[in-house]
Amino acid sequence: MAKRVAMTGNEAMAEAMRQINPDVVAAYPITPATEVVQIFSSFVADGLVNTEFVNAESEHSAMSACIGSAAAGARTMTSTASQGLALMWEMLYIASGLRLPIVMAEINRALSAPINIHCDHSDTMGARDCGWIQIFSENAQEAYDNMIQAIRIAEKVLLPVMVTTDGFIISHGMETMELLSDDEVGGFIGEYKPQHSILDVENPITVGAIDFTDYYFEHKRQQIEAMNTAIPHILEIGKEFAQLSGRSYELVEGYMLEDAEIAIVALGSTIGTAMVVIDELRDKGIKAGLLKIRVFRPFPAKEIAAALQHLKSIAIMDRSDSVNAGGGPLFTEILAALYPLSVRPLVVNYIYGLGGRDMDMERIQGVYQDLQKIAAAASIDQPIKYLGVRE
Amino acid sequence: MKILGWKELPIGGLILEGGTAAQYITGGWRTMRPVIDTAKCINCLTCWCYCPDSSIKVENEKITGFDLDHCKGCGICAKECPPKVQAIKMVAESEVRG
Ligand code: SF4
Ligand code: SF4
Repeated sequence: MAKRVAMTGNEAMAEAMRQINPDVVAAYPITPATEVVQIFSSFVADGLVNTEFVNAESEHSAMSACIGSAAAGARTMTSTASQGLALMWEMLYIASGLRLPIVMAEINRALSAPINIHCDHSDTMGARDCGWIQIFSENAQEAYDNMIQAIRIAEKVLLPVMVTTDGFIISHGMETMELLSDDEVGGFIGEYKPQHSILDVENPITVGAIDFTDYYFEHKRQQIEAMNTAIPHILEIGKEFAQLSGRSYELVEGYMLEDAEIAIVALGSTIGTAMVVIDELRDKGIKAGLLKIRVFRPFPAKEIAAALQHLKSIAIMDRSDSVNAGGGPLFTEILAALYPLSVRPLVVNYIYGLGGRDMDMERIQGVYQDLQKIAAAASIDQPIKYLGVRE
Repeated sequence: MKILGWKELPIGGLILEGGTAAQYITGGWRTMRPVIDTAKCINCLTCWCYCPDSSIKVENEKITGFDLDHCKGCGICAKECPPKVQAIKMVAESEVRG
């Protein structure tokens, strides 16, 4: 019987970690992710988990400790945000290149400068080519559910996984949600049986050897293949999780999308706000919908194209800018996903919410009004707009 | 050694057995090589202790020569050979190889 509780996103992620009971957690605190490991550390102190908790002196060291621990065959987790993720940068590539199934709770926060502690997706998007699977959560319930699924995904695909929530909006916002029992979580994730361990003296291995021009490409090709073939595993694990919890998980999820003429595409907490706006628009007879991207890496290009192909106009909502004079990361990747279609919808990009700038219903209503105009005119006057910034 | 394709290799760049450095010939990096005068050598094994590449070959507690597939020509053995003995000379590879 599911237990109904009120929890913040950070509490929900820490609770998932308690139920997962990883062998090792190595972390360094950073707002707004601090609470995840702070709460978890009290579980360690209270003897509620068997975890070896490593207080590292920086995020670079935390990820290094995670790599050593995972290479030893331990189920390993961590949490960070923003500058912390940026400081892990070098080690993120090593974790994925060594094919270590580390799971991270990443709480989306803007990157300096200027210093800012609030939500945007610059940190996670900056790490989008690190070879980690990236899963965005709309609310605390999804953050909890995604953490549990991430263990299975990481250990199946042998790639590290980051599960993200939106800093403060989800991490510190209280919601009602459902928890599985400890036994249900334990049964779902099962026992981790690593293929190799550097501590196995009977079967000595070398981890992290150098590759020259003769082997580097082959090892990278293997890693690319793991990401290329991850989607069926993520879907399968999602299905199994739905049987356990009653909550289904796909790569992308539409809301009022099938008969929609105009739609927005977004990640994370904005989805909930947009759904309320859609309900209002539908009452007025406006065929508005949305597509939520849950899994950003691997990028579900085919699924996105299939979900969006029938629309007249689409707004891609990016909570970060690539600062490349070409729009946000979600925008450029979705444009590429739509290119193989013979008839393509009109697509515009909105950069919004940088440094925690609020994304309210009024702003989303404005986006749908723009989409109606674009659909009616069958043309785009301005492909990239900045939503909610003062001129 | 057979060169393997990406479908055949262990993942993550792992090497699944120990001691494989012996098969990987790195002596080609050398510009100087050690040459021993066995008449002078007192078999104290100091050079064997110090060689960072385990390239001093020993049989029955006696020096028999160098593993030139792995010796990097660092000269530590020549330097550490006791001052009164000086059994090892470093010679330029270009001289030996011609
Ligand atoms: S030159 Fe250096 S590597 Fe070569 S045998 Fe002497 S100590 Fe060892
Ligand atoms: S250090 Fe000199 S004397 Fe001693 S074993 Fe080596 S070569 Fe011989």
